[in-house]
Amino acid sequence: MREPILSVRDLSIVYRTGRRTSVTAAQDVSFDLYPGQSMALVGESGCGKTTLGLGLLRLLPRLGQVSKGEIVYRLKDGMSVDITGLAKEELRRFRWHEAAMVFQGAMNSFNPVLRIGEHFTDTLRSHEGEKRRTRAEITARATELLSMVRLEPERVLKSFPHELSGGMKQRILIALALALEPQVLVLDEPTTALDILTQRSIVEQLHELRERLGFAMIFITHDLGLAAELADRVATMYAGRIIEKGSAEDVFYEPRHPYTVGLIKAVPPVIGDLPELSSIAGSPPSLADLPSGCSFHPRCEWAVDACRETVPSLTVLTPRGEDGGHAAACLRAGDIEYTRKVVARA
Amino acid sequence: MPEQTESAPLLELSKCEQIFRTKRGDVRAVAGVDLEVRPGKVLCLVGESGCGKTTTARAAAGLTRPTAGWVRYKGEDVNTMDSASRQAFREAVQYIHQDPYASLNPVRTVYSTVTAGLRRHKLVKTRTEARAKAAELLELVDLTPAESYLDKYPHQLSGGQRQRVAIARALAMGPQVLIADESTSMLDVSIRVSLLNTLGRLRDDLDVGFLFITHDLAVAKYFAWDGEIAVMYLGEIVEQGPTPQIINDPQHPYTKALISAVCEPDPRLAREKKTVRLRSSEIPSLTALPSGCTFHPRCPLFEPGLCDASAPPLSLINGDARRLACHVVARDHGPARAGAN
Repeated sequence: MREPILSVRDLSIVYRTGRRTSVTAAQDVSFDLYPGQSMALVGESGCGKTTLGLGLLRLLPRLGQVSKGEIVYRLKDGMSVDITGLAKEELRRFRWHEAAMVFQGAMNSFNPVLRIGEHFTDTLRSHEGEKRRTRAEITARATELLSMVRLEPERVLKSFPHELSGGMKQRILIALALALEPQVLVLDEPTTALDILTQRSIVEQLHELRERLGFAMIFITHDLGLAAELADRVATMYAGRIIEKGSAEDVFYEPRHPYTVGLIKAVPPVIGDLPELSSIAGSPPSLADLPSGCSFHPRCEWAVDACRETVPSLTVLTPRGEDGGHAAACLRAGDIEYTRKVVARA
Repeated sequence: MPEQTESAPLLELSKCEQIFRTKRGDVRAVAGVDLEVRPGKVLCLVGESGCGKTTTARAAAGLTRPTAGWVRYKGEDVNTMDSASRQAFREAVQYIHQDPYASLNPVRTVYSTVTAGLRRHKLVKTRTEARAKAAELLELVDLTPAESYLDKYPHQLSGGQRQRVAIARALAMGPQVLIADESTSMLDVSIRVSLLNTLGRLRDDLDVGFLFITHDLAVAKYFAWDGEIAVMYLGEIVEQGPTPQIINDPQHPYTKALISAVCEPDPRLAREKKTVRLRSSEIPSLTALPSGCTFHPRCPLFEPGLCDASAPPLSLINGDARRLACHVVARDHGPARAGAN
């Protein structure tokens, strides 16, 4: 049995909203990520997926903080460390070496007045260990990284961000994140706002890089297609909690939480017959004012009285696979059936 | 033009061309496009950013005057029609923008936004009547109970609710054509499908014709299943035909690439799927268009001497149902007949 590279246990993240008020953006989140595995965090805007992603690298904004739980990484040297307890300097050495992040919005992730080459210098210098790299070493590394994402290093290193297309910038961000060979890469909406053909080339690049370098990957997305394409495992988030997790096959073919079923029924496929699509009634609750019991109950067609009172915990349904197999947080998980009605034949 | 329905087109673009004159030279954003929107039907325009989809839509809505060609509404040229017809055109053809955060005036209430056109065109007499009409419109777009939305400001609404308000505003004038420019692309999946279903009801129940612009082929397939898809590349239509045919049996290498690039929400299909590899992922600049077929630098079927020599005409294939602009495919399909171009 292999050991997870990242174990998150009962993690809660709160944002302070006033002198005495706060909202919980991620609540009791637990999962394991294994070396080389790819996990998708899916959910709609405001479900807490970006907060969780930032929390995994302790990159939360000033008003946000981990209020509970642990985030344990197994480091390259074999030691395990809970990063919720790390001091600033230790965090600096942890980030980029062990885990790196590709932020949402490639357009806004660069300093517009610095050339791409200088971004590599800055990143490598600020996260380097005892040994200071020379300029030539940095250029050599940047050249290697950029060729890995199929860009022309000479031209790109000399360019300013505005001279490059969105797809190129996204690839550069991925190259930058891989600069110090992290074991875990967290990507926040890596293909949103890119054209479809560019999206495709980023997806293929990520497949290739992962095969070649063997890093594990957590990517945050609202696009179920991307999750189906890239993920070994999928975790659905709703109102700050993971409400279902399992292998991509489990979650897509046998979803057992009504919210996951709702999401899948809302996504049109491009291949094959045309299924009937339906939306989930109502809208997501405000995190500051969550419904009692299961936060999904006001929108759920399967809800019974007990759903109003009890917060369901993530319960294992089929134990096959790592990280507890397929689990859902629904009192009626056993009754949920998913079928697709076809309205037009291909 | 493929002809399957007997109803006359409401909106017609013929040889429509839009050239922007810039310091770096002329930019041919739309290069001679022929399109027709019929009542109760959807014409879906797909393509990458910068291919001229929005420019085409703006010309179709009469917001810009094409540098060549015509836009006709019920047979009349919208850029030369008299002011009475122009007003009727303005009422009948409405535009829904992409970004509901930008398209609503933040200091106006929902009531004020939705009824602005009605009041402007003096279609309501009293405030009571206007409020009743606004409530009716909000119900039509599933904002219920309507009373609770009338006095809200855009900042009090979610993205999906705002887009519904924008649609209610467009419906206020009783339009016959809706031009929806990426109107659902910024929304979450569940809200998106609920809006598409709302628009679908308008299409089926009120016989509204749609010029529907999207870069998402899965959305195009869903919304335009009974209609048509036109694929645009660098200002030109490269393939057009009934939606099921375009999606299930694309002919142009660009259409094939677009369809195969869609991330399929099905892990097994996603793994088995073969994607079309293009020779380059960069789109050429509109100021320095490639010779011949403008797709040739990226095209997997590229044949030197043929594709870079002359531009392929948009010709009819498969009987009269489809149009295609590709030298290689047209040759392999047998003799092409002259198209509507």
